[in-house]
Amino acid sequence: MKILVPIKRVVDYNVKVRPNGDGSNVDLANVKMSMNPFCEIAVEEAVRLKEAGKATEVIVVSIGPAKAQEQIRAAMAIGADRGILIETDESLEPLAIAKCLKNVVEKESPEMVILGKQSIDGDNNQTGQMLAALCNWGQGTFASEVVLADGKLSVTREIDGGLQTVQLALPAVVTTDLRLNEPRYAKLPDIMKAKKKPLETIALADLGVDTKPRTQLLGVTPPPERSGGVKVADVDALIDKLKNEAKVI
Amino acid sequence: MAVLVIAEHDNKTLHPSTLNVIAAASKVGDDISVLVAGASAADVADAAAKVAGVSKVLHADNAAYQYQLAENVAQVVVSLAKANGYSHILAPATTTGKNLLPRVAALLDIQQLSDVIAVESEDTFKRPIYAGNVIATVKSNDATKVLTVRATAFDPVASEGGSASIEAVAEVSEAGLSSFEKEELAKSDRPELTAARVVISGGRGMQNGENFEMLYTLADKLDAAVGASRAAVDAGFVPNDMQVGQTGKIVAPDLYIAVGISGAIQHLAGMKDSKVIVAINKDEDAPIFQVADYGLVADLFDVIPELNEKLA
Repeated sequence: MKILVPIKRVVDYNVKVRPNGDGSNVDLANVKMSMNPFCEIAVEEAVRLKEAGKATEVIVVSIGPAKAQEQIRAAMAIGADRGILIETDESLEPLAIAKCLKNVVEKESPEMVILGKQSIDGDNNQTGQMLAALCNWGQGTFASEVVLADGKLSVTREIDGGLQTVQLALPAVVTTDLRLNEPRYAKLPDIMKAKKKPLETIALADLGVDTKPRTQLLGVTPPPERSGGVKVADVDALIDKLKNEAKVI
Repeated sequence: MAVLVIAEHDNKTLHPSTLNVIAAASKVGDDISVLVAGASAADVADAAAKVAGVSKVLHADNAAYQYQLAENVAQVVVSLAKANGYSHILAPATTTGKNLLPRVAALLDIQQLSDVIAVESEDTFKRPIYAGNVIATVKSNDATKVLTVRATAFDPVASEGGSASIEAVAEVSEAGLSSFEKEELAKSDRPELTAARVVISGGRGMQNGENFEMLYTLADKLDAAVGASRAAVDAGFVPNDMQVGQTGKIVAPDLYIAVGISGAIQHLAGMKDSKVIVAINKDEDAPIFQVADYGLVADLFDVIPELNEKLA
């Protein structure tokens, strides 16, 4: 089976972003960019399924600027076979991304699409669910375990009260949670090999998908600052503060 | 404006987050319907009908909805939306709401807004992005606004005082794409993490799962829920449903006590709206002290037993 893995180039998770000068958007000039951590987990899972003989080909796809090629190459270094970049300098909304991905799904006919549960920039947690809806496939969101047997997919999901396992008919969409796996570090020879793997670039306009934005970002602000706290000397002082000053116990 | 709120429940009781979502819904419209999709969930429908401000409860009762499979429930929501032309569709930003609502939005060809923390007007909302480091103000131009709501950002409406009518939803949608296999729910007698007034969380500094017993003892004294950082969950000290943070639960209790937690950006995203934050850490440079109202630089293995002793 073919597995399609959509990935996203985002601000590195260690970077603390801030609004730009006029508060119109976040300031992303000269910040370090990386593959979204949940996407790395998705690539790792797809590659593991291939290594286990359950998948034949792993295709990564990203929608973003030309520089997103770096993240596609990184996914290939982990073990993806080939890459597709849908190139655009616009920042698309999850619905538009899901529509573009549906277009790729129709061309490539994968039996499974694995994506991250959310990107750490927009924090939307929508694209996988939207893609499943548009394709009319089942969805296994927030997966911490994926078992493929007898043409059925068993996905253990991280839900608020614990874990839930659902069975999905194939083809299906899976979104990864943090505990699904630990992505490997690419070794230098694999990074070199990844440079030779095929990477197809498609202009967004050539897909013929309506990606007109539905929402408008009116502005961004920093969250309210917490007023500076105090350090207390010992447990007695702490209890006293909580009882008499903050009055929370 | 007709607003649809999707109730969170376990077929027996209405989840309190639903009350926070109804509070958010009342800021955009006064004709609020609540959908209870479940199996043998009449008690939930009754409870929803009593909630202040609710005008109608739509009760879809079928085995297909027992486990809230998004494939099945989404279709019901979509047909209700098409039949009734809601201006807004809201669900709590719980794992159930996050699983369901984007599917609904895509089927209606609408761009959803996730994790809304403030309603500015009927089409403009605030939501955190970048792990809560930035608050975005976003205007939706879609005909129907589809929103998941961060429960901790809205004060709940009263659970009593309403007298809504209950209407059965006849349509049954079994998409045939998914089925429930099993569930492993963590058992706890303590208050639920997202609703607790006091939360005590342990991090990597707890060293192992057994040491969490100290926190449970303290939690029982304070009627608190116990949470954890991702490090503690990844190390296997506690189950994942205890995780507080960008990728876990978002809490905003009156008192949050962080024990042996350094305070990474991703953890702060889940708790920095707490009213009072206490940090107990032996590293005085730990970032958690920058958000803590009260910090105690000390070994947690000395402090927690002492707290347990002194808080009789």
